[in-house]
Amino acid sequence: MNRAAVVFALLLAALVPLSLLAGRVWIDPATTPNAAIILMELRLPRAVLAIAVGAGLGAAGAAMQGYLRNPLADPGLFGIAPMAALGAVASFWFGALLPPAIAAWSLPAFALIGAGLAMALLALIAGRTSSGAGGGIALFTLAGLMIASLAGSLTALAITLAPNPFALSEIVLWLNGALTDRSWREVAIAAPLTGAGIVVLILASRSLDALTLGEDAARSLGIDPRRLLGLLIVGVGLTVGAGVAVAGIIGFVGLIVPHLVRPLTDRLPSSLIVPSALAGACLVLIADSSVRVLPLITELRLGIALSLIGAPFFLWLLLRMRSGSL
Amino acid sequence: MKLVANDLTLERGGQSVLKNVDTEFPPGTITAIVGPNGAGKSSLLLALAGLLEPVSGTVELDGERLSELPPLERAKTLGYLPQHTEIAWDVAVENVVALGRLPHRDRGTAEIETAIAALTLEPLRHRPARQLSGGEQARVLLARVLAGEPRWILADEPLAALDLAHQLSLVSHLQNCAHSGQGVVIVLHDLALAMNHADNAVVLHEGKCAASGPVEDALSSETIRSCWGVDAQWIGDRGSRALIIEH
Repeated sequence: MNRAAVVFALLLAALVPLSLLAGRVWIDPATTPNAAIILMELRLPRAVLAIAVGAGLGAAGAAMQGYLRNPLADPGLFGIAPMAALGAVASFWFGALLPPAIAAWSLPAFALIGAGLAMALLALIAGRTSSGAGGGIALFTLAGLMIASLAGSLTALAITLAPNPFALSEIVLWLNGALTDRSWREVAIAAPLTGAGIVVLILASRSLDALTLGEDAARSLGIDPRRLLGLLIVGVGLTVGAGVAVAGIIGFVGLIVPHLVRPLTDRLPSSLIVPSALAGACLVLIADSSVRVLPLITELRLGIALSLIGAPFFLWLLLRMRSGSL
Repeated sequence: MKLVANDLTLERGGQSVLKNVDTEFPPGTITAIVGPNGAGKSSLLLALAGLLEPVSGTVELDGERLSELPPLERAKTLGYLPQHTEIAWDVAVENVVALGRLPHRDRGTAEIETAIAALTLEPLRHRPARQLSGGEQARVLLARVLAGEPRWILADEPLAALDLAHQLSLVSHLQNCAHSGQGVVIVLHDLALAMNHADNAVVLHEGKCAASGPVEDALSSETIRSCWGVDAQWIGDRGSRALIIEH
């Protein structure tokens, strides 16, 4: 465990109790009525979910930046998140047709199917582009962007064709990402998938280190580009797919977090994955606790809040890159 | 223990780049691959490193086909230095050098220290490698290859973009490697560098092997005329020859 992992693990340990107490109602375990129920059934699952979603996005972001050798890369580039979102939007259309017992699960299930479809499509494209002749990564990324763009337009189409205003607002709200009113059910979906995804990304980490010197040098060090790409598709697919399935689209975490972690490490991709998972968990937990506390009429959506933080950060990053200090 | 190309034919992006090349590379020497632009030099080196699958023909190491070696074994035996390496992150010199140990799956502290010492990188070891000058980076990247202790060093234009002093210092490191028994194959543009510092040369022209053997023979005026279309004469003594172009 490196220094960055220790720092963010300690931070997370300090944040969890704070986040449990924070909210529209500040909990004093001694005096607040029903404190145990609020904690166990509302706040704790929400906190665990924030940790799972944030950890998945953070680890996926670190892996993607390592794979593309680019500090501006983001897990969304593979098109997995937009496809998962498209799946979720489809559930607003088709979920009602299902028997009630299944319908309750239709949104996360459809989102995971969307993510799975994106992964299958990416694997198919990877089989055709990573022939070892070079240029594979750039070509593959373009393919991912096309999947993202296609999923985005289909989602927009679904929104414009929404059957009624209620469905429309439901879809739009959901797309903005939130952890409001989630329960242990969502934790049971997201936590195991995210955990598995992070393990897969850790398996890819030494290969990502080799890529620091470029594709040819990495192959000369014995790295199999197909295996690496396979691990990345599965790892990013599981973490991001599970995150979208339970929380909607939450942007910028995967982009920002590796930059917060990098200065505390030796900057090799393998040193970033676990600390980025922990830092991502911290970031989403802080953001989700903050939107609960903000004195607004309705709760600010988590996805919007993170984009409000993320966009200025991205700009600052661009300016720093221009000055050559990144 | 020779590295041998047998009737090697290579394609890149559907274009033929090398046709039926037969040549061998003896260990303990420096062999320069030279030729005009687009002659197939880098492709030949990639195939020798096992990174470009031949369309036909084979590359053999100790009589064994390279394509049948497991990737990690191949990586331990053949150290490949690409022509352009853009280091992606602000990774410190010592950690870049340590990447050379990846195929061995060990820390290899002793080997890393030896490589750092051999290329006099001690004063730079904590600096981010990509912030160094071109000459310093070239030393770091060669040290990365040396840290893997490969039996073969395959370097694509390692001297390009280096000033005279750095060229000479890098060449002398490669000569040390050859003296210690490693095989060194380098793609070179500068014929005088090849003539003065390599033992053997393979001259490629339009995807074919135009000449090969000891540099004195392979880089004759006739070969230079037929491959480069330039009339030129070598002057001076072995080790300090210069190429005079005739008009």
